[in-house]
Amino acid sequence: MTDIRYLAPQTLDEAVGAFAAAQGAARILAGGTDLLVQMRNGMAKPGTIIDIKKIAELTTIARTADGGFRVGAAVSGAVLAEHESFGTVWPGVLEAVNLIGSTQVQGRASPGGNLCHGSPAADSVPAMVAAGAVLTIQGPNGRRELPVEAFPAGPGRTKLAPGEILVSFTLPARPKGSGDAYLRMIPRTEMDIAVVGLAVNLTMANGVVTAARVGLGAVAPTVLLVEAAAKALIGSKLEDAALETAAAACRAACNPINDKRGTIEYRTKVAGVLLKRVAAIAAERAGRA
Amino acid sequence: MAKLHVTTTINGEPTEFLASPDQNMLDVLRDTLGLTGAKEGCGTGDCGACSITLDGRLVCSCLMLAVEAEGHSITTIEGMAQGDHLHPLQQKFLEMAALQCGICTPGVLVAAKALLEKNPDPSETEVRFWLAGNLCRCTGYDKIVRAVLETAAEMRGAA
Ligand SMILES: Cc1cc2nc3c(=O)[nH]c(=O)nc-3n(C[C@H](O)[C@H](O)[C@H](O)COP(=O)(O)OP(=O)(O)OC[C@H]3O[C@@H](n4cnc5c(N)ncnc54)[C@H](O)[C@@H]3O)c2cc1C
Ligand code: FES
Ligand code: FES
Repeated sequence: MTDIRYLAPQTLDEAVGAFAAAQGAARILAGGTDLLVQMRNGMAKPGTIIDIKKIAELTTIARTADGGFRVGAAVSGAVLAEHESFGTVWPGVLEAVNLIGSTQVQGRASPGGNLCHGSPAADSVPAMVAAGAVLTIQGPNGRRELPVEAFPAGPGRTKLAPGEILVSFTLPARPKGSGDAYLRMIPRTEMDIAVVGLAVNLTMANGVVTAARVGLGAVAPTVLLVEAAAKALIGSKLEDAALETAAAACRAACNPINDKRGTIEYRTKVAGVLLKRVAAIAAERAGRA
Repeated sequence: MAKLHVTTTINGEPTEFLASPDQNMLDVLRDTLGLTGAKEGCGTGDCGACSITLDGRLVCSCLMLAVEAEGHSITTIEGMAQGDHLHPLQQKFLEMAALQCGICTPGVLVAAKALLEKNPDPSETEVRFWLAGNLCRCTGYDKIVRAVLETAAEMRGAA
């Protein structure tokens, strides 16, 4: 048996250095709710485990200069829920993050781990896509930024280059009259994997949608940004015709798997249904903001 | 495999142990430290029988590396009663027969205690959602939920 190592560096530079030096034999540990399950069932056999929770930038929630938020990749769902203002500004992102697992899982699971695990059904990802979150990534060649929708590369795969670590999610400042929401369809009421997950982020003025983004999960190899759905909503007052066009765009974007939890027909149909439901919640929240 | 030396606090007591880097906290609690209250129902985060708190936060000990305990503070079911004096939740679970085989009970109690510390007056829905990660194959949950609500009411009355 080869010796497995555990490192808990205090700085990002040390973490990136160790990660790059391990040449693919290391795994990053955030909350461990995916990684420890994979280690247990033999899917992951890391030579080195690099715990990133001692690095301040990875575990902090900060306001940006322009009034947005920067959420460290390893912040747990429970910590995000306790933040004094995050959930008021981004209720849809928070509800999506908080849908991950049980109370116990929430104590550890992070949005960074959710994204880096690469599941097409990851709950927080459609909400981050709808929010227009921008990722900060650091690797051996320095820092770069990437829109969250460009990050997934397929089931279990991401665009992280060897040695790169996801640092944070930057969410933009909110214009007045903005609201977001996320709903998932699951066969049970708790502790299940999304059959469809959908997030809508709207800005409205005098009842008219001035900006919109739609994120769709669990119906394709990666989470999707559905630009055609957003286009149908922008300029509308969310009349039935606009909602139906947007729902049709979501159905058209679907390329789902067929399994015991949802057939292709079912997942496709539900994507349209969710668009309408989620847009209504986002609009109601936009009206209050 | 090279073991690491870990210094931590468990149920208020400074504690040291050796653990290999990939060993989970549940195994160290049960096998190294002899604290067998936390149970392994699944080992994958689904059942909650291994629930503990880490710096006051409810987590599954099967999904935490033991080496992550370094410098932190853990509580387990063994820390719940004060000597012979049961915690009100433990007392109420006995009185209301909120357990049958008892395998899930340590995890349920640790989780319920964490809930009441955060929210002394939970609704039934809040109790059910909070405990959704604690599986019980015996009771059908109803007695557990009633016992938690009843304890909460009693503790509010006493406060
Ligand atoms: C019982 C249970 C229920 C669950 N329910 C849900 C659910 O309802 N919805 C859902 O979406 N998921 C669910 N999950 C999956 C899991 O909890 C989430 O994906 C969680 O967000 C993972 O976060 P983590 O911090 O625990 O990640 P970890 O396990 O620490 O990491 C996940 C992966 O990402 C890598 N990684 C982590 N952080 C970084 C980083 N900053 N940079 C580079 N790589 C990184 C790790 O190496 C690993 O491969 C559940 C899991 C369990 C055990
Ligand atoms: S043993 Fe940890 S959740 Fe089941
Ligand atoms: S009492 Fe048997 S599992 Fe809950």
